[in-house]
Amino acid sequence: MRVLSELNVGESGILVALDLPESVQNHLMHMGFVPNALVTALRRAPAGDPTVYSVDGMQIALRRETAGAIRVREAAADTEESQDLAEVVQ
Amino acid sequence: MSSGCCATPTFQPPDAPANGALQTVVIIGPPNAGKSTLFNRLTGLRQKVANYPGVTVEQRMGLMAGVGRDDLTLIDLPGVYSLTPYSEDARVAVDVLKGKMPGTPKPDAVLLVLDSLHLTRQLMLAAPVLALGLPTLVLLNMSDLMESRGGTIDSLKLARELGAPVAQVSAVRGTGLDAVTLFLNQHSTGKKHSANGNGNGAVAKPLTLPVLGNAASTHTWAAQVSRRTGYRAPLSAENSRKLDNILLHRVWGPLLFLVVVIAVFEVVFSIGQPLSDGFGDLLARAGDLVRPLLPSGWLQSLVLDGAWKGISSVLVFLPQILLLFLFIGILEDSGYLARAALIADRVMRTTGLNGKAFIPLLSGYACAVPAIMATRTIENKRDRFATILVTPFMTCSARLPVYMLLIAAFIPNITYMHGVIGLRALVMMGLYLAGFIAAMTTAFLLKSSILKSSDAPFILELPQYRMPTVRSLALRLVDRGRVFVRQAGTIILAVTLVLWVGAHLPLVHTSTGVMSGPELADSLIGRMGHFIEPAIAPLGFNWKVGIGLISSVLAREVMVSTMGTLYGTDPGTQALSLQNALQHDITLGGALALMIFFAFAMQCTSTMAVVRRETNSWKWPAFQFAYMLVLAYGAAFVVNHVVTAFFG
Repeated sequence: MRVLSELNVGESGILVALDLPESVQNHLMHMGFVPNALVTALRRAPAGDPTVYSVDGMQIALRRETAGAIRVREAAADTEESQDLAEVVQ
Repeated sequence: MSSGCCATPTFQPPDAPANGALQTVVIIGPPNAGKSTLFNRLTGLRQKVANYPGVTVEQRMGLMAGVGRDDLTLIDLPGVYSLTPYSEDARVAVDVLKGKMPGTPKPDAVLLVLDSLHLTRQLMLAAPVLALGLPTLVLLNMSDLMESRGGTIDSLKLARELGAPVAQVSAVRGTGLDAVTLFLNQHSTGKKHSANGNGNGAVAKPLTLPVLGNAASTHTWAAQVSRRTGYRAPLSAENSRKLDNILLHRVWGPLLFLVVVIAVFEVVFSIGQPLSDGFGDLLARAGDLVRPLLPSGWLQSLVLDGAWKGISSVLVFLPQILLLFLFIGILEDSGYLARAALIADRVMRTTGLNGKAFIPLLSGYACAVPAIMATRTIENKRDRFATILVTPFMTCSARLPVYMLLIAAFIPNITYMHGVIGLRALVMMGLYLAGFIAAMTTAFLLKSSILKSSDAPFILELPQYRMPTVRSLALRLVDRGRVFVRQAGTIILAVTLVLWVGAHLPLVHTSTGVMSGPELADSLIGRMGHFIEPAIAPLGFNWKVGIGLISSVLAREVMVSTMGTLYGTDPGTQALSLQNALQHDITLGGALALMIFFAFAMQCTSTMAVVRRETNSWKWPAFQFAYMLVLAYGAAFVVNHVVTAFFG
C-alpha cells in the first residue's frame, strides 16, 4: 500500500481511501477521487510540487501533503470494478 | 460598489404572471462547464467568461431576451461540484438554487449544464439537482468538441436514465438552443408536465437516485449511467498535454512565464506609447477646434483648461490600457492562468497563502474590485481575508496612467540589449514587482500573526487549452474601454470641476478694481495644498501633488487629471505639456517617490467598499487603508532621500 504522493510521474494507482477531513474528502470525491478510481501522476510543477494527477479524464493539481493522505494500491492488480472505471476513464 | 469600476447594474425582474406559470429559470453546473457563455447566449448580456474554474462568483440575473422570452428571468450561478458547498461561491449557488437567497427569486425550472468532455464526473451533480424535483433540462455543452474529438453519447438513453430531457448544445457556437426554447414553452403554461419533455417519447419511470450526499455511491451511479448510455469520452487531452510539456517544463516553464511578462511591458511601451501620444494629439486638437466656439473668459477656462485638460490627460492612456487587457484576456481565455497558478504555488506556499489565492491576485492586475470578489473560491476564511487584504498591492490598471505619465516625464528613453529592453519598461516592471513583493511580504506577516490557520489544501483543476476567439477578446476590450471612458466622464469630470472652482475662489479685487480669480497659490485649493505641504515635503512632493494625493483617494487615475487641471489652470505652466510642467516642478527623487507611493497606497474608494462588503466589517478596510498609507509614506520617504543623495 502506498500513498498518492509516492507515485512517480507516469505511474498509476487505484485509490483505496482518503484520510482527510470530511469536507475536503467530500470535495475531492466529487472531483473524481473516489475509492477504486484510477489515478495517474501526470507531471510535477516546475518547483517539484504540486503534482498534476489525472482522474476521470480531468487534470487536478494537489500539494504533496494532500496527496500524501490518499492511499492507493498497485494498478496492475486489476479488479473487475477498476477495469470498468478505467474503461470509463478512457 | 460605490463607483466606476465594475459596478453591477441593478436588475428589475418582470411582474409575476397571474397563473403561477414559469417565471424564473436557473443555470447550474460544475465549474468551467460554460454556464456563463450559455447565460450570455440566452440573455444577450455580456457576463465575463474565461477559461478557468471560478470566473463567476455570485449570482447574476437577466431576461431571456436572447431567445425571445423576455418574460422569463434567468439566473447564472457560480459552478459547484456538489450541493454540499465547500467554498463561499458554491454556498451562494446552492442557496439561490434552493430559493433561500434573500432578494433573488426562487427558481421554478433548472438548466443543468454539463461539460460533455468529462461527462462521467459531471453526472455526479445531476443526482442531487434532479432530486430537487424542479423541471430540469440537461444540457450537454461543448458537444461539438466532443464529437469532433471522437466522443459519443446516446442522449435519448441518457434522458431515460435521468427521467429528464437531455439536449446536446454548444454555447460558444449557439447550436442546439432550440431545445431550451421548446423546454421553456412546454413548462410556460403553468400546467404540470411529466418530466420527459423534448418530444423524444421517453417514458417517465421512477428514478433510482443514489444516496444523496454520499460521494462514493453518487460516483458509482454516475459511472453506471454513463456506461449504460454509451458515453465515450473524447481523446482530447493530447494537445493540452503536449503544450503542458513545454509550458510546465521544469526549466522552460518558468522561463517562458518571465519572457511573457517582459514582452507585455515592452509592448505596452514600444507599441502603446506612440499610440497614446497620437491619441493625445488628437484630443488636444479636438480642444483647439472647440476653443473659438466658446466666449473667452471663465467659461472657456472652465471647459478647456479645467475639464478638458483634466479628462484628456487620463484618456490618452486608453490605447495602453487596452493593450494590457488584450494580454490579460489571452491569458485567461487560453487556460494558461491555472498553469501560472501552479508554477507560482511554491511562492504562495512560502508566504502561507493558499495556492488558489494566485488567480484572484493575478486578476488584481486589472482591477482589485473583481479580484477581491474572486477570493470567494478560497475555502478557508482566514486565507481568504489575507488574500483580500493584500490584493490592492497588485498593480491595477488605474495605476497605469500615473506610472506612464511620470515615467515618460522623468525616465530617459534608453534601451539595452540592442533595443530589446528599454529602461522605461524596466522601471515599470520594477513598480509591478514592488507591488507584488509588498503583497507577498504582507501576506507572510498576516499569515504568521493575526490570520494564522492550518494549511488548507490546494486543489486546482487544470482546464484544457482553448484558442481565444477574436470575438470574445474584442468584446472584453470594448467593455473595458467603456468602463475607462465612463470613469473619465463621471468621477474624473466631477473632481475636475470641483478643482477648477476651488482654484478660482475666493474672488479678489484687482488693482484695476475688477473682481477676478486669485493667484492659484492664494485660491482655496492653493491654501489647502499649502496647509498639507509640510506633511508631504519630506517625500519630495509639492502642494499640487498634495492636492492630487487627496483627490486620488477616490480613484488613482484622478491623480493624473488633477495634475492636468492644476497645471492647466496655472498661467505659469498653461502653455506647457503636462510632462514638461512636471519636469519643471518636481525633482527626480520626488517623481520616483510618487510612483512608489502609488504602488503601495490604497487610493480607491471602490476597493474599500468591496472589502467592507466581503469582510462584513469596517475594521478590515480601515486597517488596510492605514497600513498601506504608512507603508507608502515610509517607502516614498526613503526613495526620495536615496535618489536625491545619488542623483540630486
